[in-house]
Amino acid sequence: MNVVTNNKWIGQSTIRPDGVDKVTGRAAFAADTTMPGMIWGKVLRSPHPHARIRGIDTSKAEALPGVKAVVTAKDIVEFPVDKSVMLGIQDMRWMCRNVMAREKALFPGHPVAAVAATSEAIAAKACELIEVDYEVLPWSIEIEDAIKPDAPILHEFNTFEGKPSNIAGKMELKKGDVAEGFARAEVVVERTFTTRAVHQGYIEPHACLIGVGADGKTTIWSSSQGQFMVRAMTSLLTGIPQSDIRAIPAEIGGGFGGKTIVYLEPLATMLAKKSGRPVKMVMTREEVMRATGPTSASTSTVKIGATKDGKIVAAQGTFYLQAGAFPGSPIRGAAGCSFSPYDIPHVLSIGYDVLSNRSKVAAYRAPGAPIGAFAVECVLDELAEALKIDPLALRLKNAAKEGTKASHGPVYPRIGYVETVEAAMNSEHYKAPLGKLQGRGVASGFWFNAGGESSAQVNITEDGNVVVTTGHPDIGGSRAAIANVCAELLGIDYRRVSVIIGDTQTVGFSNLTGGSRVLFASAMVVTQATEQVIATLCKRAAKIWEIDPEAVTWEEGAARPAGANAGKFPPLTLKELADKAPALGGPVGASVQLNTQGAEGGFGTHVCDVEVDVDLGIVRVVRYTAVQDVGRAVHPGYVEGQLQGGVGQGIGWALSEEYIYNKDGKVDNPGFLDYRMPVCSDLPMIDTILVEVPNPKHPQGVKGVGEVPLVPVMAAVANAVHNALGKRFYALPMSPPKVLEALEVAQAAE
Amino acid sequence: MAKLHVSTTINGEPMEFLCEPNDTMLDALRGPLGLTGSKEGCASGDCGACSITVDDQLVCSCLMLAAEADGHELRTIEGMAQGEKLHPLQQKFLEQAALQCGICTSGMLVASDALLRRNPNPTEEEVRFWLAGNLCRCTGYDKIVRAVMETAAEMREAAQ
Repeated sequence: MNVVTNNKWIGQSTIRPDGVDKVTGRAAFAADTTMPGMIWGKVLRSPHPHARIRGIDTSKAEALPGVKAVVTAKDIVEFPVDKSVMLGIQDMRWMCRNVMAREKALFPGHPVAAVAATSEAIAAKACELIEVDYEVLPWSIEIEDAIKPDAPILHEFNTFEGKPSNIAGKMELKKGDVAEGFARAEVVVERTFTTRAVHQGYIEPHACLIGVGADGKTTIWSSSQGQFMVRAMTSLLTGIPQSDIRAIPAEIGGGFGGKTIVYLEPLATMLAKKSGRPVKMVMTREEVMRATGPTSASTSTVKIGATKDGKIVAAQGTFYLQAGAFPGSPIRGAAGCSFSPYDIPHVLSIGYDVLSNRSKVAAYRAPGAPIGAFAVECVLDELAEALKIDPLALRLKNAAKEGTKASHGPVYPRIGYVETVEAAMNSEHYKAPLGKLQGRGVASGFWFNAGGESSAQVNITEDGNVVVTTGHPDIGGSRAAIANVCAELLGIDYRRVSVIIGDTQTVGFSNLTGGSRVLFASAMVVTQATEQVIATLCKRAAKIWEIDPEAVTWEEGAARPAGANAGKFPPLTLKELADKAPALGGPVGASVQLNTQGAEGGFGTHVCDVEVDVDLGIVRVVRYTAVQDVGRAVHPGYVEGQLQGGVGQGIGWALSEEYIYNKDGKVDNPGFLDYRMPVCSDLPMIDTILVEVPNPKHPQGVKGVGEVPLVPVMAAVANAVHNALGKRFYALPMSPPKVLEALEVAQAAE
Repeated sequence: MAKLHVSTTINGEPMEFLCEPNDTMLDALRGPLGLTGSKEGCASGDCGACSITVDDQLVCSCLMLAAEADGHELRTIEGMAQGEKLHPLQQKFLEQAALQCGICTSGMLVASDALLRRNPNPTEEEVRFWLAGNLCRCTGYDKIVRAVMETAAEMREAAQ
């Protein structure tokens, strides 16, 4: 593959193509859209954590004036529980029951019916008129309760080791022989950690607007991380063929993994189909908190052994992740990423997927990896202390590098982990003095990154400009980076490249925006499409000049005669060739579809300073530096933004965010006041150091950057708190009541 | 119940609309007035995505009844640019990549503008506490705070 060398736009923080719309309020998010004749949909949700649904009577709701349609589980396509039907990593057996409770309601907030009416108020009133006959069942919320032998079973058909169980799955990664490794260890640290469920916390609630014609032709506007996922899942759950569903990606107001599945779309589609009217559905914040996301709560036990010189000889991790009501917690990320920054000869990593009466978990930024890294990186901190080695020096001594066989399987190509540790060690931050009641912590993290299917079209307009169409919702500035790539290759000003996100019926299949795959994959397809366009343009110039096409090069936005013909003819610019296009064979454009390969994992190393208010128990992060191997920063502004945003979320996870359940098994804090995400005054500036070790398998050297920055954060903060107080926290969040309690216990002990 | 008739001024233009007595100002803006730049993230005054000003006071439009707009002057994100000319804050947010998904951006800009009208020379701490009512989940706030500080400095310079 060609590696771009002149770099006029790659590496520049250009203005994003959708920028002006977003700063003027013009950008159309899903909840901003309307259709003529539109009515409103509302969901009736179970108040119980666990209940058998004996019957639903919707007759009173249907009789209410203004109500146009009511749907229940019988309107949604059923996938029998004994046969798996996978769409990506989602099993439609669980999706069909998650969007609408079927045999049982499995968490408070689980949809049991939906209504469409001429106003939101009438729809809400109609929901109250629906009579559901529940047989309330015992329930369990916490992992330790759900795995007890006598725990209430969510799914009677789910067995583990031959018995009905709430353990829905187990995965094991093995390298070497840990028993042999630990036998050689001179220092061993083993600890158990817990984390609470935290929500992705996107500010835009889920929303959609859907119209279904009498012929079944369906138009969906929705907020999602993948219009093709919306089309496929809606098709499977409603029976409407994909060719009849046009899913249009609205601007998306944050997702972080939480918008990689459908919630409302199948319900709104069936309501629209039944009523013959376009149906709009918008979740309230409370619905978002109760019924979407979050990521897993967890219990992890990690044991690491080293020789006295600081060489790690064995590591073992057992990670219990709560899945919510249906199988599918991110055990692969927890078990598979946690030891990956290190070259360890003997590793055993086990993940358990645990059901409980909570909403089904959804992906959240490097799903599972931050949970595992919290445990592993805290144990490494204790190990460094026991060995009297600088914690970064310990990581450097054991760092994975080119040729290392990763604990999750592959042999690494050239990677940049060592560079991130060195950059952290050499940073001014790491050497800066600390004040009173301040502490410093470090941690590293890894994420697999991903490639997969992507499509793009590059079309030259009649006036000689460029339109690039890709298939990935732009969640954090990817359009700007794609404009940089295309403009760089064409040698034109980036403002002449308009980048748009196509809907499902106008651009080829493109997999989800997720896993840090978008720029890796879309830059690859856009590069190939642009190269095809350039080849066409060169051929046309050759035709005009009556020379061989191979004797034409494309430089600085124009075809130029090369080799023996160099300088013989004046260059033909993109605009000139566009003008002549009708006479030279017609429109110029290219369309490329690929299953992209060659994504390489990403590594980060973070340095965090905290200050503890010992009177109030408040931990404040006062300085933070995130170092990451980003491959190639195509648009540095948005790369830095990914790192800073991930750190912000991690600080929330570490210090203040948690789902709190009451004695009735319901979330007690389903709003932004009590579910405490970091606000502006909670955070310091977040410094970034971008290490660029280009991915050799990508034309621009791109590696995914979005997931890694969340992975090390909670451990970095916890290690800093330990450094400040001499007290280690094994449970998140380190919120003021818990910090005060720990300080009081410590004081009493003195 | 009959709808209420409200006469108000929005972004300098006289406007009239009808609303239910329990409609919020955000409902009115996003519904009959068609000004969807103000966003609903929580409907409880915690996220600031619906920030507007009423007689120069920064408010969450989700916490204000639409009927309360009668006789007052409102400003929303749609009134921030003068035609094609962006407000310096809007321009700076673009240049500094101070937005990612953009859902909080309207509220952030309205709130930042309200701050700079009151205090053209804010410290970082003042910016952070003023914007503490505007949640952003994408950026970690770093680039937003920098953009506001830099805009303030440039606007002070231009005013001299």
